[in-house]
Amino acid sequence: MRLRELVNSKELLKEWMIEKLIWICGISAIFFVFGIFFFVFREGADYLLRGFKVTEFFTSIEWYPTSRTQVRYGALALITGTFSVTLLAMFIAVPFGLGAAVFISEFCPPRLRESLKVIIELLAAIPSVVWGFIGLTIMNSLILNLFSAPIGLNVLNGGIILALMSVPIIVSIGEDALKAVPDSYREASLALGCTRWQMIFRVLVPAARNGLLAAVLLGVGRAVGETMAVLMATGHSIRIPGGVLEPVRTLTATIAAELGEAPVHSDHYQVLFIIGILLFSITFVVNLTADLVVRGIRRK
Amino acid sequence: MVAGKSKISVQDLRVTYGHKAALKGISFDIYENDVFAIIGPAQSGKSTLLSVLNRTLEFTADARYRGIVKVDGDDIRHLHNVYALRRKIGMVAPLPVGLPLTIYDNVAFAPRMAGIRTRDELDHRVEQCLRQAALWDEVKDRLNTLGTRLSGGQQQRLTIARALSHQPEILCLDEFSIAIDPVTTMRIEEVLKDLSQHMTIILVTNLVQQARRLANRTMFLFNGEIVELDHSDVIFSDHPAQHKTYEYVNGIFG
Repeated sequence: MRLRELVNSKELLKEWMIEKLIWICGISAIFFVFGIFFFVFREGADYLLRGFKVTEFFTSIEWYPTSRTQVRYGALALITGTFSVTLLAMFIAVPFGLGAAVFISEFCPPRLRESLKVIIELLAAIPSVVWGFIGLTIMNSLILNLFSAPIGLNVLNGGIILALMSVPIIVSIGEDALKAVPDSYREASLALGCTRWQMIFRVLVPAARNGLLAAVLLGVGRAVGETMAVLMATGHSIRIPGGVLEPVRTLTATIAAELGEAPVHSDHYQVLFIIGILLFSITFVVNLTADLVVRGIRRK
Repeated sequence: MVAGKSKISVQDLRVTYGHKAALKGISFDIYENDVFAIIGPAQSGKSTLLSVLNRTLEFTADARYRGIVKVDGDDIRHLHNVYALRRKIGMVAPLPVGLPLTIYDNVAFAPRMAGIRTRDELDHRVEQCLRQAALWDEVKDRLNTLGTRLSGGQQQRLTIARALSHQPEILCLDEFSIAIDPVTTMRIEEVLKDLSQHMTIILVTNLVQQARRLANRTMFLFNGEIVELDHSDVIFSDHPAQHKTYEYVNGIFG
């Protein structure tokens, strides 16, 4: 009997169906990304092509979308707001997150490791509005008391809240990356007479660098895109911050706060979608850079 | 060259993994600048013995050892600088473990960790070790490519070069030829003969002929116990003291 006759046709059909189903699952990611990009772009496209002033948008800090005399859409303050809060958050979260990842993966006794991981995952499960609430109440009064700042809702507040939100992501992905380094590397380097710290910095971190980079960038992604918590914690004031104790407003918070009030398809509404496109582009560039960096490392 | 100064002295060494005994009380000495072979079937405790020597056994969570192991007269259990011990011993694993670094950095790793920073000294050390491992001619033009890009046999020679890089007094090779072709194996065996002039070599091998070619003394381990330890001439002769040794060496053993 030939092989083809041996195989049940029902089995072949099943195989074919599973194959196609998995194909759809894989392809759908591309479909959704382009779909979202298309709809966001379509909502803002009309104004973008008609009367949008690019230089004003990127260089002016005057954001007066509902002014009766002269409407101005200068987003520079919003952009610096997003970047200042994200930068501060990463300044705190990256060392803490990677440090915690190294501790959990390399130094932690097994029993403590399990409970630590559970607690860190719990931290990741806290809804962002709850973080915003913490910023609004606890952090606010803490900053008022400690720094005697005029206002407690500011870059520092938002940065700390965002850092706390990104740390769990950085820790769990960073720890996975370190755990994925084969034990033989650890043994080989220790057998060469190096200390534990030398092993971690000279062998483990370089070996896990793709994963660690991914961890940091996912943290950045979370911080750039976060809306509710920064809306509540940063003070919502349109200005370029002169220091960490000054309130700011981010791109995301602007969309969340104003989209409900802007008449559909008005200029204001469309400019908010243009901000959406900008956010989309920022995350795209971050991911692309990460990808190129990782590829560059691999090619070496 | 027989019965020189004792380099390694093992007395009543017992190793357990949880409830399972891997070595059941073995005692022997290894002399300075000797080539000492350990033969025996799988699970007889050969690799465990090596991991006791450089104290990497302690990375295995449930492993314990009792007995006294002395290197240069110092009990390794009570060392306060375990790193110095590990630098004294070069270790080559059965399957090559190329660290995720360039060829140059793989070999320069241990010297750097030990504090050597000058470029000249490192260059010299890297070249010397790669020559000793019979790899220099093949890689001298691409020292900055990743070590993991090399073929299996080349990687194994790279790990040998790396094991030599911190100028050990003792070189342990755990079935080093498992991933290397016979021609390269013979080249490395020549290298080992040279190295044995000023280095103690411990050779764990499954190839009894390799032990016969290289070792002055050979220990036959079986089930965590020493069956026989004697000069290689005796072990590989037609009349070793134990009949079991004769059977194992001649492949009759089941």
